[in-house]
Amino acid sequence: MIGIEHYVVVSSILFVLGVLGIFLNRKNVIVILMAIELILLAVNINFVAFSAFLSDLTGQIFAMFVLTVAAGEAAIGLAILVIYFRGRGTIAVDDIHRMKG
Amino acid sequence: MIQTITFYLFAALVIASACFVILARNPVHSVLWLILAFFNAAALMVLVGAEFIAMLLVIVYVGAVAVLFLFVVMMLDIDFSELRAGFVKNAPLGVAIAIVLFVELFVGLVAYNAGGLELGTPDGMNAPVLDRSNIASIGALLYSRYLFLFEAAGVILLVAMVGAIVLTLRHRPEVRGQDISKQVKRRPEEAIVKTRPEVGAGVKL
Repeated sequence: MIGIEHYVVVSSILFVLGVLGIFLNRKNVIVILMAIELILLAVNINFVAFSAFLSDLTGQIFAMFVLTVAAGEAAIGLAILVIYFRGRGTIAVDDIHRMKG
Repeated sequence: MIQTITFYLFAALVIASACFVILARNPVHSVLWLILAFFNAAALMVLVGAEFIAMLLVIVYVGAVAVLFLFVVMMLDIDFSELRAGFVKNAPLGVAIAIVLFVELFVGLVAYNAGGLELGTPDGMNAPVLDRSNIASIGALLYSRYLFLFEAAGVILLVAMVGAIVLTLRHRPEVRGQDISKQVKRRPEEAIVKTRPEVGAGVKL
């Protein structure tokens, strides 16, 4: 029988994989952004699972807001990435602290 | 029974594709695995009856975000093997942090199963309506109780759009485009110059 615990375990594994992805690909910003998307997906699964568990729709509504913020974050992050690449010719983030307006 | 099998199938697939997202050598493959992960997560959400969020996940993530990632990965001409240099060096720390994080989350779950803290119960105002579909219940709630949050989400999207355009827009003076207002403003007096040059001197434009 599938309970709330199964969903929470799946979403925590996804969350941990996202964090691990950030640490493994420290140089590649694109994969870091994808790992952040994985983390937000884990959060969404948690929201929806608890929403169904408590039969309260608030979780699904806030999952929608998380989705909104994730879309905005991806757009802004990729735009920053594009201008970073334009100025520098690489996306290695080792010297990203030199990025100044 | 079929629910259990499908849950394990989709859960295993979403975890496997998340592993491939962070381990793939080529970021294009990473994006494709990410799309598979989103589809399977959407299926997991359908299983608990949240069809609207599941479809939104497919439309927004697969249709917009993943395609944006694909565009950027393919547009930038990057030597990806060079970016993987620190992979092995970073692995021990990353794995250690991941294990600690997972143990923490798992201990939290075990503690919850042993009888979690009582932080109150839902007030029942947001409960799904029985004879209405998922999307109708969400819509009724979203446009009444969460109206201002909904509009704030719209403002966030607008700001993100304006920000992305402002960041990536560049004026290229070497490209000659058509400036319509300049053309319309042009008058005969300033367009024509009358000169009377000396014989053989020529006209300087």
